[in-house]
Amino acid sequence: MAVTRRQFMKVSAAGLAASSVGALGFTGAGEALAAGVRPFKLERATETRNACPYCAVACGVLIYTMGDRSKNARSEIIHIEGDPDHPVNRGTLCPRGAAALDFVRSPNRLKYPMVRKPGSDKFERISWDVAMDRVAKLVKEDRDKNFIAKNRDGVTVNRWLTTGFFGTSSQSNEAGYLTYKLVRATGLLGLEDQARI
Amino acid sequence: MATMQSLDIRRRSASTEAPPQVRQSAIQVAKLIDVSKCIGCKACQAACLEWNDLKAPIGYTDGTYDNPTDLTPTSWTVMRFTEYERGDDLEWLIRKDGCMHCDDPGCLKACPAPGAIVQYTNGIVDFVSENCIGCGYCVKGCPFNVPRISKVDRKAYKCTLCVDRVSVGQAPACAKVCPTQAIYFGSKEDMIVHAEHRIADLKSRGFQKSGLYNPPGVGGTHVMYVLHHADQPSLYAGLPDDPRISPMVGFWKGVMKPLSLAAIAFAGVFGFLHYITKGPNEVSDTDERKADEMAKGKGA
Repeated sequence: MAVTRRQFMKVSAAGLAASSVGALGFTGAGEALAAGVRPFKLERATETRNACPYCAVACGVLIYTMGDRSKNARSEIIHIEGDPDHPVNRGTLCPRGAAALDFVRSPNRLKYPMVRKPGSDKFERISWDVAMDRVAKLVKEDRDKNFIAKNRDGVTVNRWLTTGFFGTSSQSNEAGYLTYKLVRATGLLGLEDQARI
Repeated sequence: MATMQSLDIRRRSASTEAPPQVRQSAIQVAKLIDVSKCIGCKACQAACLEWNDLKAPIGYTDGTYDNPTDLTPTSWTVMRFTEYERGDDLEWLIRKDGCMHCDDPGCLKACPAPGAIVQYTNGIVDFVSENCIGCGYCVKGCPFNVPRISKVDRKAYKCTLCVDRVSVGQAPACAKVCPTQAIYFGSKEDMIVHAEHRIADLKSRGFQKSGLYNPPGVGGTHVMYVLHHADQPSLYAGLPDDPRISPMVGFWKGVMKPLSLAAIAFAGVFGFLHYITKGPNEVSDTDERKADEMAKGKGA
């Protein structure tokens, strides 16, 4: 096959163009081999120990929040997992505890005191001060009215049966002790909380 | 030095260039799923969604406990419940399904996108989504039918064995959360030893056929099962008895790919050489005139 000068130049130019495209990285030859692994998302998150809010087993959880608690940073919970140092669960959780982040973010979660007044058909938001005053007042009223110091036989019983107290499962031993002391000191018998278990 | 200091890459999809090879002494990691201890609580599923920031759409119940009913682009692990009647006994076989992290990954071999699937030196097989072209070859290449293509972004997704946790020295989210220690995580060596203890225990309880599922057809896996009926893995919601990469993958990538590339290159070179030696096909004035006359003749 006879190659003319013109043909030789054409082939050479095409070869040069092709290799230039390769050198510019279009073929992927220059692509980095390393694939970036997703960075560990808890690297500088604030870790807080707490108890799972669900059942009475009260597994230890680690709550991770973004923000380092500096003045202008607003903390936000980004992840919850089991606490390996907690003797109850040693890092494990049940499906509910494992999904506790959804509980925190749920639009239905109660975030402030609500009251449904007598005759009303809806709950209204009230302040903590109002709620505390109202509860204290009603409790005092009820206790003054229904407290039983002595039974029919004249034996001192100091009991108060018309009110119940519902504590929480996610409290520490110390908080459970305080709950128990407070409630029993008033003579209240209807107590349900972690300290019972 | 690659950017990943602790987890260098052993293999990379559709790449002819070899990754750096000196750092090969990384500990082989493995997850051991003890099917006999699993209570099917799905804490692993919840933890997986939570850690990976996934949100599966609310599904439906199809009359079984499987929820969701299959792996999806947002559900990288799913419990599969099987009711097995052995004589008078009813056995509830609950298998946590998900990526097996094969030592010889079929997905990686089938993948045509450079760097979309990588295998790290510790054995984890991971999808690098930005390189994924959503072709779905990994689904065909997987002997366990695990990867799923998202309808949202047309990319493939599956379990990463929480590579972001493992690379900083933590156990995968599912392994950490499991309340019955049905999921264990550690070096592959340790997991095999642990499995032996479990198998001895199961045998003492009458499960003579119990054993470890670490199929050699895919070079062993980095997610292994302890099965009470290791002689028939297919009992466990269709776990393959002898998984192998489809021979089509080897044929396509090993034989057809170089041949096709050669054919394309030959066609290109031939066309170019033909063009510069013979030039373009030109119509002479005489031909044009004849064609005109013929057209007019027909028209009249």
